[in-house]
Amino acid sequence: MAVATANALEVDHLDVQFGEKCVLTDLSFCVPSGSALAIIGPNGAGKTVLFQALIGALPYHGSVRWRPGTRLGYVPQKLGIERDLPLTGVDFLRAKAAITRAPRADVDRMLSLVGLSPASARDPIGTLSGGQFQRLLLAFALLARPNVLLFDEPTAGVDQPGEERLYETIHRLQLEQGLTLLLISHELTIVYRYASAVLCLGRGRPCFGPPDEVLTPEVMAQAYGAPVRFHRHDAHD
Amino acid sequence: MTLTTEALLLSVAMASAAGLVGAFAVMRRMALASDALSHVALPGIGLALAFRFHPLLGALAALCLGALLIWSLEHHTRISTETIIGVVFSTALAIGSMMATGEELLDALLGAPGALSRAEAGFGIAAAFGIAAFVLTQKERLVVALVSADLARTSGVRVARLELLFLLAFALTIGLGLRYLGVLLMGSLIIIPAATAKHVARSLDGMLGISVVLAIASTVSGEVLASRLHRSSGPVIIVVAAALFFASLLLRRGR
Repeated sequence: MAVATANALEVDHLDVQFGEKCVLTDLSFCVPSGSALAIIGPNGAGKTVLFQALIGALPYHGSVRWRPGTRLGYVPQKLGIERDLPLTGVDFLRAKAAITRAPRADVDRMLSLVGLSPASARDPIGTLSGGQFQRLLLAFALLARPNVLLFDEPTAGVDQPGEERLYETIHRLQLEQGLTLLLISHELTIVYRYASAVLCLGRGRPCFGPPDEVLTPEVMAQAYGAPVRFHRHDAHD
Repeated sequence: MTLTTEALLLSVAMASAAGLVGAFAVMRRMALASDALSHVALPGIGLALAFRFHPLLGALAALCLGALLIWSLEHHTRISTETIIGVVFSTALAIGSMMATGEELLDALLGAPGALSRAEAGFGIAAAFGIAAFVLTQKERLVVALVSADLARTSGVRVARLELLFLLAFALTIGLGLRYLGVLLMGSLIIIPAATAKHVARSLDGMLGISVVLAIASTVSGEVLASRLHRSSGPVIIVVAAALFFASLLLRRGR
């Protein structure tokens, strides 16, 4: 197996504050190129805030260093879209293709990759079901050949078979194209299956390490403040 | 009053700019903000009248300052946009009404076409082209930013700068229509045809096209109707635009 020679991301002493409230304090970790980092923790632990700091949407102290030449693909947590917004899935994907100068043909390729039918892609995005919309967001993230993908609960609202298919797709792409993956998820089983490292935010100090070390009942109970049950897949290694 | 070619060209150019800017203003849910921003022109007009320079220059300067003010308050404070609008723009209206009086104020609020100089028509048409070019070349960036600022950011869009440019384009569009429609009604020409288009359209190009066509149709037919009825054109234009909006509601119900 290829050994990652450089880090895609290095975060040092990251602090994020909202007024008086410290959301993230003294957070340091690195993500080797081509690896998959899962970020877990209870609600309100600052997982989405961490992503927003990483993409430069929030002011922070400390340092966030992306490897030069990084192209990000981002799937945010659920977006509130008005039902009558006159914008089709194809409009939305073509807009990104135009901004990033990606070939227009990539739009159709991405749609078939994420399994969104051409008919659904021509509907206004506010009328898509939760699962269809997540697929559209995934197609948007994958356009313009990103080398780092940031996923904030990418399968929220997707049914279980759909969720598994989406993760399989993401995992396959990651292996085929050597993508670096940062994934926020509450699905610890999925995290155990796909992540090469886990960052656990929550009560007490953040915990960072390989899944075997972080996903232990003791660490989980400390981070979540209550016992957490999940299924460990030994297929990971 | 009959329409000269220059006045007609200026109306069409102004309405096209209003339709394009309005499409994005409505999709960004800025309908109320647009109305309020147009009021900011008033203190500028008041100052221009007091110091005897062209009212349009005063209005444009005040509008651009207003756009900068909204943008910087939105980006550097945690005050909600609605609160900013509530406080800043009512203040602008109050200051404006203190500085201008009687008829001047009514002209500023409702517009007073009068004779149109060549320079004025030329400036208006050029500015409208500039605004339309901005919206059409930036439409992809604007559309991604309105769906999600974070998605725009990760696609390489400089979101804060884009928002400032959009607000300035918006301010300039209001400035263009002040003479015809006045402070109170220009915001409506930007918003109403776009709101109608949003009811009818199902894609981005449909939205932009319908919004422009309706803005032009309302302006030109409003002007023709106003000259037949011997009324000032501004209110008639807005009544036509509003009638089309209500017709679109019926159309949608009938679908």
